[in-house]
Amino acid sequence: MNKITPSMLWPEVAPEWMLNAPQWLEDIFFNIFKCFIFEERYNFFLKGLGNTLLLTLFALLIGIALGVIVAFIRVTWDKNHAEMRGFGKFALGTANGISKIYLTVIRGTPVVVQILLLNFVVFAASRNKLMVGCLCFGINSGAYVAEIFRSGIQSIDVGQMEAGRSLGFSYIATMRHIILPQAFKNVLPPLCNEFIVLLKETAVVGYIGLSDLTYAANTVGGATYEYLFPLLLAAAIYLTMVIFFTHLVEKLERRLRTDER
Amino acid sequence: MSDNIISAREIKKYFKGDAIKALDGVSVDISRGEVVVIIGPSGSGKSTFLRCLNLLEVPTDGQILFNGVDITDKKVNINVHRQKMGMVFQHFNLFPHKTILQNLTLAPIQLLKKSKEEAEDKAMALLQRVGLADRADAYPAQLSGGQKQRVAIVRALAMEPEVMLFDEPTSALDPEMVGEVLQVMRDLAESGMTMVVVTHEMGFAREVGSRVIFMDGGKLVEENTPDEIFENPQSPRLQSFLAKVL
Repeated sequence: MNKITPSMLWPEVAPEWMLNAPQWLEDIFFNIFKCFIFEERYNFFLKGLGNTLLLTLFALLIGIALGVIVAFIRVTWDKNHAEMRGFGKFALGTANGISKIYLTVIRGTPVVVQILLLNFVVFAASRNKLMVGCLCFGINSGAYVAEIFRSGIQSIDVGQMEAGRSLGFSYIATMRHIILPQAFKNVLPPLCNEFIVLLKETAVVGYIGLSDLTYAANTVGGATYEYLFPLLLAAAIYLTMVIFFTHLVEKLERRLRTDER
Repeated sequence: MSDNIISAREIKKYFKGDAIKALDGVSVDISRGEVVVIIGPSGSGKSTFLRCLNLLEVPTDGQILFNGVDITDKKVNINVHRQKMGMVFQHFNLFPHKTILQNLTLAPIQLLKKSKEEAEDKAMALLQRVGLADRADAYPAQLSGGQKQRVAIVRALAMEPEVMLFDEPTSALDPEMVGEVLQVMRDLAESGMTMVVVTHEMGFAREVGSRVIFMDGGKLVEENTPDEIFENPQSPRLQSFLAKVL
């Protein structure tokens, strides 16, 4: 018995008015049926979207955590190393050196190469590609977030640190209560930008065979020889997410801006 | 123990190796309840000296005794001592992301472990004292320069310091607003607060100061009562300085 093809099934499942539509319109309906509905192919997209969101979320969390730590080390070293001595200077100097190497290497190599290295060399024994993806994009994003936070911290007037210290706050407490809250507000726009870049950048995770949104579109395209509709859908979903998150960040920015005139 | 609250001994501060000698061996004793006013031309080291007193600038050499403790000693926890030394800056340095009330309560709650209510009561009383109680919920950006500086003064007072350091507190203000800030400082002096004031306000130095110090070129040139300094200056440098500013 022959395998059932979409074109065999189409006359039975299509409503009358679709079959009676002009040829070009009927072709569109048929392609939508073939790419998304036949054999429940929409499930590829749902699963892919889920993976894309998971990757972005965890990469974002790892990236921010790493970024804040690296930015803190770099700023603290720049500001205080002249007056430090002994073990503290050695420890912070080492951390600063490692941070600089991290920034240079991560920002100086393509993320595709990084994810291939991580998957086929570092975690060659692991089958958890989602974990590898989250880690890779998190480490990658951390380098960019670190520089965003560093510029944010350095944009705060030195008088703020002096005022905090003069009240008796330690360096770290001043950072926490006075500098970082102000810096965070300043870096929201570039941070939002980084988030959007990250969301779209996860599309290269297909290189290690994890089925994200882009990979799903590609799979369906390969199975149906119809690439236009799957790729259009993927693009539309990315665009919708970016517009939605941008709107969310704008709202947050407005709320944080209450202290300006 | 002597009655000196602060005793600065042979303070030296060099920048760029020893190419720039901002302070070249300055010694000053400040006793409790005194209002010491430091005057001098720009670049004379008076601000640097003031900032050395609470170690915002770390002296290259010399000692600073605060209540008998050498706070230039690396083993001393400077944060504890700074709680007792309030500081007011030329550019106010209020925390722009916090309301006026929060500016006043942040340090007492975090550092003195006061309850929120206790800190707010104290803050409101202080704001009342400088006539700004109605601005408690405003943000610094909504205040005029004079108001900001009055808030900055009470923010320091909220920590119940033993000495107040003023670093050119009226230099960034519109002429109209200088008076209201000086009035607050005058009241503070009358209440018995120990104060060290770097200023260009000669009228204030003369009226409120219990002692005036004239600095030039990183050195203490002359030190005397306001009347003697202004009526009977000894050094030629002070004479020419006063001739220009008075």
